[in-house]
Amino acid sequence: MDGARAIRLRLMEMGLLPGTTVRVVRRAPLGDPLELRLRGFSLSLRRADANAVRVDVEVPSVHGAPASEADAADDAPAAHAAERSALPA
Amino acid sequence: MSSQSPAPRAILIAGNPNAGKTTLFNQLAGTKARTGNYPGVTVDRRSAKVRLGGDSVELVDVPGTYSLAAASPEERIAVDSLLVAPPAAAVVVVDATALARGLYLVRQVLETGVPTVVALNMMDEARAQGLRIDTRALAESLGVRVVELVASRGEGIDDLRAVMGKVAKKPWRERRLELPELAERCVEGVEAAILASGATQAGTSARVWALWALLSLAGEDERDENVVPDAWRDAVRDARAQAATFGIDLEDVIVGARYARVDAAVAAAVSAEENARPGRSDRIDRVLTHPVLGLLAFAVVMYVVFESIYGWADPFVGAIEDSVGWLQELVRAGLPEGLFRDLLADGVVAGVGNVVVFVPQIAMLFLLINFLEDSGYLARVAFVIDRVMKGVGLHGKAFVPLLSGFACAIPAVMATRTIEKRGDRLITMMALPLMSCSARLPVYVLVIGVVFAGEERVFGVFSAGALALFAMYVLSVIATLAAAAVMRRTVVKGPAPTLVLELPPYRVPLLRNLLGTTWQRVRSFLVDAGTVILALTIVLWALLTFPQDPAGEAQAERKAEAAVAYLEGDDLDAELARIDAQRAQSQLAHSAAGRLGKAIEPALEPLGMDWRIGIGVIGAFAAREVFVSTLGMVFGVGEVDEEDPGLRARLRTAERPDGSPLMTPLAGIALMVFFVLAAQCMSTLAVLKREAGSWKWPVFVFAYMTALAYVAALLVYQVGSAFGWGTA
Repeated sequence: MDGARAIRLRLMEMGLLPGTTVRVVRRAPLGDPLELRLRGFSLSLRRADANAVRVDVEVPSVHGAPASEADAADDAPAAHAAERSALPA
Repeated sequence: MSSQSPAPRAILIAGNPNAGKTTLFNQLAGTKARTGNYPGVTVDRRSAKVRLGGDSVELVDVPGTYSLAAASPEERIAVDSLLVAPPAAAVVVVDATALARGLYLVRQVLETGVPTVVALNMMDEARAQGLRIDTRALAESLGVRVVELVASRGEGIDDLRAVMGKVAKKPWRERRLELPELAERCVEGVEAAILASGATQAGTSARVWALWALLSLAGEDERDENVVPDAWRDAVRDARAQAATFGIDLEDVIVGARYARVDAAVAAAVSAEENARPGRSDRIDRVLTHPVLGLLAFAVVMYVVFESIYGWADPFVGAIEDSVGWLQELVRAGLPEGLFRDLLADGVVAGVGNVVVFVPQIAMLFLLINFLEDSGYLARVAFVIDRVMKGVGLHGKAFVPLLSGFACAIPAVMATRTIEKRGDRLITMMALPLMSCSARLPVYVLVIGVVFAGEERVFGVFSAGALALFAMYVLSVIATLAAAAVMRRTVVKGPAPTLVLELPPYRVPLLRNLLGTTWQRVRSFLVDAGTVILALTIVLWALLTFPQDPAGEAQAERKAEAAVAYLEGDDLDAELARIDAQRAQSQLAHSAAGRLGKAIEPALEPLGMDWRIGIGVIGAFAAREVFVSTLGMVFGVGEVDEEDPGLRARLRTAERPDGSPLMTPLAGIALMVFFVLAAQCMSTLAVLKREAGSWKWPVFVFAYMTALAYVAALLVYQVGSAFGWGTA
């Protein structure tokens, strides 16, 4: 399992699936890693690793999408519903 | 031996890291908790026998994990606890504020079929955030019992206990994870291979193992390669290839199918107020991870960590050393002169002292680390400093252990436990003995006092001694980071570590958890590393004591008698001390260690050392500062400290066989460089064995550090000599 693939699986298992709403909260004082917020918790992720899973930046929030086809995306509406509470309007 | 009592039925306590598992375990177990070790890995296994509704059950605290896929030793243990030795029931602790992530683990546990209770913890925080969770709807959607908890305050514990008692009586019932048709076809092949290998246990089906294998087996990773049959790996490879032809990714499908269930349950159970205010943690993080204030806070906290082992532990260390000295005197005074007395005083008592002396530092460091971890700041330490550590192939969590290495490698090696991945942990613990610990300082002070005694100035401002001392610390940091970077590419190969790390909410740590975890660390050090240190102390004592020197003894005896006859008062005391120092000197030269020192002299000469320094180096294996007292004995001034003018004077006037001075500035620097880099500390090796799980690693550390030290000292002395630097 190459590094990127291991990270991708770990992120998916922590709930970062296609369509999951993610917010980039802040950068670490030295510029890297990033603090992401999803599904009610915060996660530290290096920029290089964030690239490996193709997190596409949008405004005002971020939609994370693992690299391949969005087979698991049919649960996305529920993910949004669970997430909304943690996001500012 | 007709003991028929069956092993008590086990109930596992599983859950995500930071979900409050330890707190819940302590609440349920009370004072009955026991700490052992999982076989083969250095992960603590905490368990407790408790009564539950009249039955005796064994509670087992499974290491915190996000998943049952085997990406780390902790996850591997969680899998084994569930599938290899099936328990009666499982409690999955879920942080109500991170509900979906916790339910993902619940979903995996349910698939195995084990009777399960969900302990929905931190309900107070969830309410404070404006989350409303309908536990009944949650329970119905998942098909599992759910109990609300605030474990830190003991709320809901009785309910949980009652439900656990009921659930533990239920039979196992597997909850199949249904997958889309194409994915099912791929999984079937893996199931068939697993059935054919005959490796599945009763109670868990090939299906569960097949899904596990698909997420866990994918080429090189951290697991023990021997555990999983090759047939499984082949089947997984085939299934992946098949899935690729269908245009699907099995990881996506399996994880997605689980989260579909989880999200349905969350949607059914949770309603939240819109626009929840930014949490308390976020407000704290605005300061603690602020570009300027954050770095300042980081520096202050790290200073406190360092001070705790460097300074605060000092009075306790001193008190222990005094008590050991006092106990040795007591033994010497109370027993007749002889080998047994010496063994007891210089072997056993000194050995126990060598072990106990580390306890204050270990306890201080772990109280602080546990405080930082439980409060949530330790994750921020990694977050703040990760960028720096990344450059040498480590990640942010290696920082605290490395910093602690400046004080003492023993607690520092133990502190690597906060690093999840075994490879990252190994590299950190094998590099950090190069950090210049406090036991090296007496060696530097002695050597600098001897070779830079004058007021030599460099560039008119810096004293040569201070500059040399500073250079040793810089060298140690460079060597540590370079060793880590090299090991990442050689011994512990693998991709540079990633930092997919949860930043848990800030919470007030519970004193009970702090003390409990700290005591576990101290205890495991005393029991496991302590016995090795004690044994090595006795071996070293024997090396310095045997063979004995009867002629020298007799001569000292005669001189002492003569002195008693002719001298009195202070003169007599001074003369007796002189005779005693001579006797020690003669005995040391006669001993195995002394002979060894002479035997290795040819190897040490190119480094600017002679056999007397060689004996000191051998003696320093007990602990680096012992170098000073061993040299004291070698030079016949008795057991003195590094400030002793007598020892300094002897060293300054000591000569080589050709009449040139022994301790030139160059020789002094070569000696200090040797001490920066050499693994002259048996306690470090003992604790490495304990923490790495095998003698292979401490042997490697000893070999690479000794080689490094030798080559570096050789270079310094030879190059310096060639240019004629500091040779007079």
